[in-house]
Amino acid sequence: MTGLDDAALLAVVAIASALGASALPRATWPRRSPAAAILLWQALGLASGLAAVGTLIGLALPASDGGLVRSVLHAGALLRDGNVFGVAAMFGFRGSGSASGNWPAMILAVRLTCLAAGLALLTLLCWVLLAALAAALQARRRQRELLTLLAHGDPKVPGALVVDHPSAAAYCLPGLRSRIVVSVGTLELLGRRELAAVLAHERAHLRERHDLVLLPFTALRRAFPRSATCTDAHRSVALLVEMLADDRALRGRPARELVSALVRFGTAGTCPAPAGALAAGEGEVAARVTRLLKPVRPLPAVAVLAICLSAALLVAAPVTLLLV
Amino acid sequence: MTTVNRLGELERAIMDVLWDTDTSLTVREVSARLTERNLAHTTVMTVLDRLAKKGFARRERDGRAWRYCPAATRETYVTELMLTALAQTGDRTAALTRFAQSVSGVEAEVLRDALEVIEGSGEGDDGT
Repeated sequence: MTGLDDAALLAVVAIASALGASALPRATWPRRSPAAAILLWQALGLASGLAAVGTLIGLALPASDGGLVRSVLHAGALLRDGNVFGVAAMFGFRGSGSASGNWPAMILAVRLTCLAAGLALLTLLCWVLLAALAAALQARRRQRELLTLLAHGDPKVPGALVVDHPSAAAYCLPGLRSRIVVSVGTLELLGRRELAAVLAHERAHLRERHDLVLLPFTALRRAFPRSATCTDAHRSVALLVEMLADDRALRGRPARELVSALVRFGTAGTCPAPAGALAAGEGEVAARVTRLLKPVRPLPAVAVLAICLSAALLVAAPVTLLLV
Repeated sequence: MTTVNRLGELERAIMDVLWDTDTSLTVREVSARLTERNLAHTTVMTVLDRLAKKGFARRERDGRAWRYCPAATRETYVTELMLTALAQTGDRTAALTRFAQSVSGVEAEVLRDALEVIEGSGEGDDGT
């Protein structure tokens, strides 16, 4: 296949992923099987990013043969050897008799722009991911330093750290030395079994590294704050991760304990947030409570299998086009 | 891992001494106020130096010795911890995951109703 064929197919994958990502937040099935939905979100994110980059590079190198990654590396090697004609051929120029000989300069400019845009997009995506990771690591290090100086243990919450503050707060600090932190306000607000449910929920976050699931979506939202798709994707995945941890916390305990912990927590009214700030999580707690009170049937195994297969295909398509 | 914990314990004990004293202290004065008395002078000095580097303690020259005091009150640091944990914007979600955030008016009403229903139906609650 030529680069142009690759570009056309990759554009289809990119558009399909974008459409999927804008439709998924409105679907109701994700709350039935949060894990499958999270997998699909990850596939949509990865596929749309790879396909968008690949489309631009394919447009830039229409006459290239074989995988686009190899073509870009090949072009780089030719440039290093000073073989300008070789590179020109890759950009679709084959001497004066070529079909694109009418406005060669303009076409070359368009192709170089596409190549630059593709590489810039790739760099941007990698950069925002690394920046988000660095910001998260730094915030966690600061938290750890402060907790070393301030937190203490409490027999009511074995294994967790307690901070002397009247607000209700419970969170986990992921990482190699992971920690679960609760405030004194939480200890006063919740009963023993509710606390156990909260700890089980947080332990599920830590065990399954939900922070790593969320990280790329946080990065995307930061990179494109105006994009409704990125904001919705982040919000959806954040909620799905909470639902997944809720499900894990339910194992071996009645839903009532987790629900009353959630409700007490949500209505504790600890810090009146500025107007608009709540929009990020509007309805999040209510959605979780509703789901726990009126349990939905998990998706049938066939449906979950179909979702996993679509996710795999979605990622395989751009990867194949880029490499083969 | 144990050395890390040990170092953390020392940092914490020394910050407690600094927080509980109104004036700034020399290394020797900090050592004297620690409950654990048999610490080497150099150990206390190293930990104070670390705390100063991390910005938790401030130090000033007093003749040939350094005098140390806390950079901020304990409450300031607790507030910093909680503000990060309670941040509503969701920007921190990658750094730490909260159990639940507080909700707005109408949603709170709905949730309180839900809780009443559960507590009405639930029997033998944990009695707190």
